[in-house]
Parts: sequence; C-alpha cells; structure tokens
Amino acid sequence: MKFERYGLGIAKGLTVTIRHLLRRPVTTQYPEQRLNPSRRTRGNELIWDEAKCTGCGTCAKACHIGAIHISTSTDLVNNKYEVKSYEVDTGYCIFCGLCVEACPFEALFMSYDYERAQYRRGDLFQSKENMAETPERKVSGYFYPGRAAKLPKQSLLVDNDRGKR
Amino acid sequence: MAMQWLPPDWPGNFWAHWAVFTVIIVAFILVMFLAFTWFERRALAIMQARLGPNRAGPFGLLQPVADGLKVLLKEDIVPAKGDKLVHWLAPVVAFVPAMLIFAVIPFQGGALLADLNIGILYIVAISSVTTVGIFMAGWASNNKYSTLGAMRQIASVVSYEIPVVLSVVGVVLLAGSLSLQQIVAAQDIPFILLQPLGFLLFFIGALAEINRTPFDLTEADSELVAGFNIEYSGIKWGLFFLAEYAEALAISAIVTTVFLGGWRGPLLPDWLWFLVKVGIIFFVIVWIRTTIPRVRIDQLMALAWKFLFPLALLNLLITAVEILVWPEVSLWVFVPVNIAIAIVLIVLWSKFFKLGWGKVEV
Repeated sequence: MKFERYGLGIAKGLTVTIRHLLRRPVTTQYPEQRLNPSRRTRGNELIWDEAKCTGCGTCAKACHIGAIHISTSTDLVNNKYEVKSYEVDTGYCIFCGLCVEACPFEALFMSYDYERAQYRRGDLFQSKENMAETPERKVSGYFYPGRAAKLPKQSLLVDNDRGKR
Repeated sequence: MAMQWLPPDWPGNFWAHWAVFTVIIVAFILVMFLAFTWFERRALAIMQARLGPNRAGPFGLLQPVADGLKVLLKEDIVPAKGDKLVHWLAPVVAFVPAMLIFAVIPFQGGALLADLNIGILYIVAISSVTTVGIFMAGWASNNKYSTLGAMRQIASVVSYEIPVVLSVVGVVLLAGSLSLQQIVAAQDIPFILLQPLGFLLFFIGALAEINRTPFDLTEADSELVAGFNIEYSGIKWGLFFLAEYAEALAISAIVTTVFLGGWRGPLLPDWLWFLVKVGIIFFVIVWIRTTIPRVRIDQLMALAWKFLFPLALLNLLITAVEILVWPEVSLWVFVPVNIAIAIVLIVLWSKFFKLGWGKVEV
C-alpha cells in the first residue's frame, strides 16, 4: 500500500520545509558579507609586471581577441626591447587567460578582483600606469600555484563561512 | 477561566459601539495586512533558505510601508476601451466583503461589531460577493485574458464554496447556533478535535477559495502574468492585493473562531489568544505555500467534487447522527471516534480518488 497517496507525502514535505526554519540562509548579503572567490579566479583586470616583461609580444599573439596592444622600441645599447606602451582593452577581453599562460617570463597575471566594473567604456581601457600589482589590485593564483597558495581559501557555502575577506 | 463578556453595547451606547468597532476592524485589517505581507515574505524566504526583505527598517519591517508607497505612487492605467466605471468599482467590490466579514468575528467575549444570530451564514453569503468583484474586474478590462482569468477563478471558487459550507454545518450542529459568539462559547473542547475531518475539509476548501497555493493556479504568479487583474495598476491593483490578504486574514480568523476555540485559552488575555491563533493559522497557510506544488485544473476540480464534497456530506451525516442518537454521551468520547472516522474516510476516499477514469496520474 502506497501511503504517499493518503496525505503522508504532504506530511513529509511539511516536515522538510519546517526543518528549514532552523537552517541558516545560503544567500550572501553582498556589500556587507563577501565570499572569497576561487584562488584561481580570473578577475576582471590584467596585471602586468613591467620589470619582468621583455616585450616579446607573445601575450599579444596568444590573444585571439586582439585586446592586447604592445609596442616596443629597440634598445641597442643593452641589446633588448623597451616596452613603450602596453595596453589592454578589458572591454574586449574575454578573460580566457591564454595570455597569462603564454607569457614565458611570468610577467602577466589575471587579477583576483571581481569588483572592477566601470561606469564608462573608456575606463575599461588599461594601460601601463594602471596595470601594476598593488594592494588594491591583487594577483590571482591563476596558472601560478605558488601565488595561489598564499591567497585565502575560497569560502564555500557548505562551511557557512560568510566572513569578510 | 471564567468567561468575561463585554456588554453588547460596550463602551456605552449603540453608536459609540459602532464607531469604536469600525475603527478597530479597519485598523486591525490594515495592520494585519502589513504584518502578514512582511511575515509571509520572511517566513517563505527562511523556509527556502533565503533571507527575504531585510533592507527597509529593522528586519525589513518597513518593507510593507515601502511597497504601499510604491503602489500608491504608480500610474493608474485604465484600458482605453474598458468599462471605466466598472473598472473603478471592481476592486472596491472585491475588497469590501473581505472587510465586512470581520463584523461578526469576536475578538474576545462580546467584543465584536454585531453579534448576528446568523453569523456563519452571513460570512458565507458576504464572502461570495468578492467573486462578483473579480468578474467585474475581468469584464471591465476589455481584455480576453483577464475575462478568461476571472472565469476560471470563479469556476474554482464556486466549486469550493460547497464543501466549505457543508463542513461548517457540522460545527453549527455541535454548537447549536449560527452565531460565532455562541460557537466560541460552545467550544469547551475545540471543534478541531470534535470535527477533525470538517476542519481539514474547511481548511482545504478555504485555501482554494482565497486562491492560495496549492490552488492558486488561476493566477499562478510564477507561470502566468495574472488572472483577472492583468489590466490593473497602482492603487487599484493594491486594493486587489489588500483584498487577497484580507481574505487570508478572514479565513484565519474564521478557522480560529470556528475550530480552534476563538479567543478562549488559559493565562493570556482573550484578545491575545485570538491574535496568536490567527497568526498560527496564517503561518500554516504560508507553510503550505512553501511546501506543496500547484495543482492542475483537473486535479483542482476533481478534488472539490470527488473528494471534498462527498466527504463533507458524510461528515455532516455522521455528526448529525452522533448528535441525534447519543445526545447524552460526553463529547470527549467522540474525540477519538471522530479522529478515527476521519482517518478511515480519508484513506478510503484516497483509494477511490481517480482522474480520467484512472488513466491520468493523480
């Protein structure tokens, strides 16, 4: 005899919902509570290390969107390239991370931030001056496990960890 | 505890009584409306592991006020080819009956606007008028969807009226009076124990009548735009919303009065008992809303006609026999008997309950 048909199914459902009264909500109250993103997150900026960059242009070639513009001049005295301008239009960027993976000198990183939205399309344009790593512009552990290890652990909803980062 | 009754013309004369209780009822409905909208959204959210409105004021308590303000300030749109007068009247016709119900509901002993000796009959009659307002709204909008929405709403509401009325008659037989005041006075044992089947039938039918889940398929807010009120905006829409919650409040109050012993209870003051019971019933309504998915239209109609209606008839018959044949027996004897009868009948009828000659899954 299937008792589900005689109201027992409804009773079971009611006990499930009433038990949820005691459960903590899974929603995050965003501006007050923040979750730590994945340590390998590909945030919405690129970070570039001018000292390490040799101006080889591999990143620009790896970018199939063509969002990276790099122009160099030849420094004949030191026998190397000098990066004159390095520009990324993050409005075009699809954050695939191929440029970071392509860089042979560990000079390019994805950022850890996800809150760099802008009001104007022009503001999405990153150039040399605002691509350096700073405390506000953190480097993500994407493609660099060593850096990932230093970042805080990703907060999981199962841990009920809604602390500030 | 000895029952304390207010004199019928409290606080002095007829008109003072009228004025005081009119104010009390209007204030009660508006305050409870605000409280219920907030409570429903919060409770619903918590049971769905969300938080619900929590921005306006502490715990989001001012959210209903913000919503009300928004509704008041919105543009009032009337369809160009609609019937303007009827379009304007419909929300009023829908809301006023829901308010009128409270005229006969005792908040505590003697504390009610009018102790009608036909209280229950009055409620049944008055609450049906809301349906007219709904049909007026559907018709006046000059929109086939709103007319259809109104039609299917009426179809469901009218079918459910029958089991609801029949299940209340059992209580009337037990109490020996139609007056809600007398029904409460007769409940030395709450009638939910003496009429468990009647309570279930009434509650299910009432949910369908006020279009709450799981019977809200006529205006399923997650699937359809709306039923009869597509063409309504601003405060007119707000009045329909108000009417919906006033009806939910009315149903909670009626269930409290008729089945849960009304304002009677130990220790706490009487009016507080009434409010607590109303709150509990409303919580159960919200609880059911979180739990049970919407039914189909064939399930809705089959439930009314094949399940609730025959069971309500049987319940009435059994109650009448009990009262006529064993008038001397203590009512406490009937408590286990009636509960057993309710279980047996529900199981039996669930076995019979089929859709489409058993070809359609229930």
